Amino acid sequence: MPPWFFVFLLLLLSSGFAAAEPTPQRMRELVHLVRQDCGACHGLTLKGGIGPALLPEALRDKTAESLRYAVLMGRPGTAMPPWKAFLTEDEADWIVRQLMTSFPQEGSAAK
Amino acid sequence: MSWRFSTSLLVMLALLAACASNPRGELRDDTRGDTRGDIRGDIRGELRGELRGELRGTGDLGVVIERAAGRVAVVDTSAKRIIASVPGLGDLSHASVVYSRDGRYAYVFGRDGGLSKIDLLQGIIAKRIVQAGNSIGGAISQDGRMVAAQNYDPGGVKVFDAGTLELVADIPSTYGDGTRRSKVVGLADAPGNKFVFTLFDAGEIWIADLADLANSRAPKITKFANVGNQPYDGLITPDGRYYLAGLFGEDGLALLDLWQPEKGVRRILANYGKGEEKLPVYKMPHLRGWSVAGGNAYLPAVGRHEVLVVDTTTWQEVGRIAVKGQPVFVIARPDGRQVWVNFAFPDNGWVQVIDTLDNKLVKTLEPGKAVLHLEFTPRGEAVWISARDDNRVMVYDTATFDKLAELPLESPSGIFFTARAGRIGF
Repeated sequence: MPPWFFVFLLLLLSSGFAAAEPTPQRMRELVHLVRQDCGACHGLTLKGGIGPALLPEALRDKTAESLRYAVLMGRPGTAMPPWKAFLTEDEADWIVRQLMTSFPQEGSAAK
Repeated sequence: MSWRFSTSLLVMLALLAACASNPRGELRDDTRGDTRGDIRGDIRGELRGELRGELRGTGDLGVVIERAAGRVAVVDTSAKRIIASVPGLGDLSHASVVYSRDGRYAYVFGRDGGLSKIDLLQGIIAKRIVQAGNSIGGAISQDGRMVAAQNYDPGGVKVFDAGTLELVADIPSTYGDGTRRSKVVGLADAPGNKFVFTLFDAGEIWIADLADLANSRAPKITKFANVGNQPYDGLITPDGRYYLAGLFGEDGLALLDLWQPEKGVRRILANYGKGEEKLPVYKMPHLRGWSVAGGNAYLPAVGRHEVLVVDTTTWQEVGRIAVKGQPVFVIARPDGRQVWVNFAFPDNGWVQVIDTLDNKLVKTLEPGKAVLHLEFTPRGEAVWISARDDNRVMVYDTATFDKLAELPLESPSGIFFTARAGRIGF
């Protein structure tokens, strides 16, 4: 097969996975971070605390884009801080996708 | 322990269970069926572990919250050992504890609205209810007869009979046009069987007077509006005179003199940030368990790597101490000579010690990953520190800073010793 075919294949694959998945180890760390440290305000079960609930039904009217922005940049005027010093954009996207579907429990295999 | 003592305990517990089995209204009795079985079993002389057959006081006991496991460990601070483990307490993220004035029962307030009454001497749940959907802590009244829970959802304060956990007063935190209920923070007991608390969303401080509850059947509420933007927590001074609410949305604290409430709420330390941009706050500071030492109060600065020092006679700032991160808990050793500080993420692996004689740092410790809380023994010769992500509690000598013990516990968070039973604001 000609070399360009592999380049083509690579481009196809990368376009199909616009956001790179974190490694399994990093996923475990992210689940821990969200449950424990985000959980300080949003609750260990993400049902909300001084911060709002982050369960899928609570996020239904939000876009992934706005949630990603809130995670990375914070929400001025509220207690929500920016997490961009600790998360890449891909990691924020991964967290948002999990929150909008069903966030993994700690210790369980991340999806 | 004699059979006679055990039998009388059985009778007492049976009576307690009978009295408490039907809390009214929306309250759910969540005491698990098998708990009663455990009680009977225990009284037959099958107490677990260290508690078996021992006639003892509770002055050197306490509990450590194992937040992810929904469990508390009962600990002996003299032996530096875990003596019992009590599971089945629900979601214990941000759980807090108050004690009955005899120091025998720990009331555990869970995030999920659970209120559990733990018998330290038997290592069991004596009674448990679920009183709200989302809760943040509680307090016990001056006379020890009422336990109050502060709730986020539905917002308000609920007051229960400390013996039966039956509801005695419900105080919805309604504000504005009367359709909204605020999250309640900073609940503290005050002399005169009062509870003082703060409405986070409304920016109000309320005093609920329950001294005449038996006759009036309703608490007398005094409200103070416009105390500041986003009051995130509150505390009462050890003498029960001043109530302070920390503000998140602006610099400063709201101060209420409970001896002269008619003078209203005033602002202190209004300019401690002087317009500088705050750092992002990855964990809210806690004011409870605050520290007063040598006439000064030591307070966490929001969004800064500083501890603020305030003169408690003038309420003016008298100093600032630069520390390793944003303080979460700032707690004085009982004698006031030292103040210990832990920090918000990502500096939560450190603990620093301030000598209050000259307000200088004298020690930096690394007790483990994610230090969440610390608690002094009643007279302060030792301190217990929880390191959540290392699954351990470390015990240090406060004079030499030597490690005295290390206890394996799962995701430990709050540590609460029975000496709190006799202290205002705990």
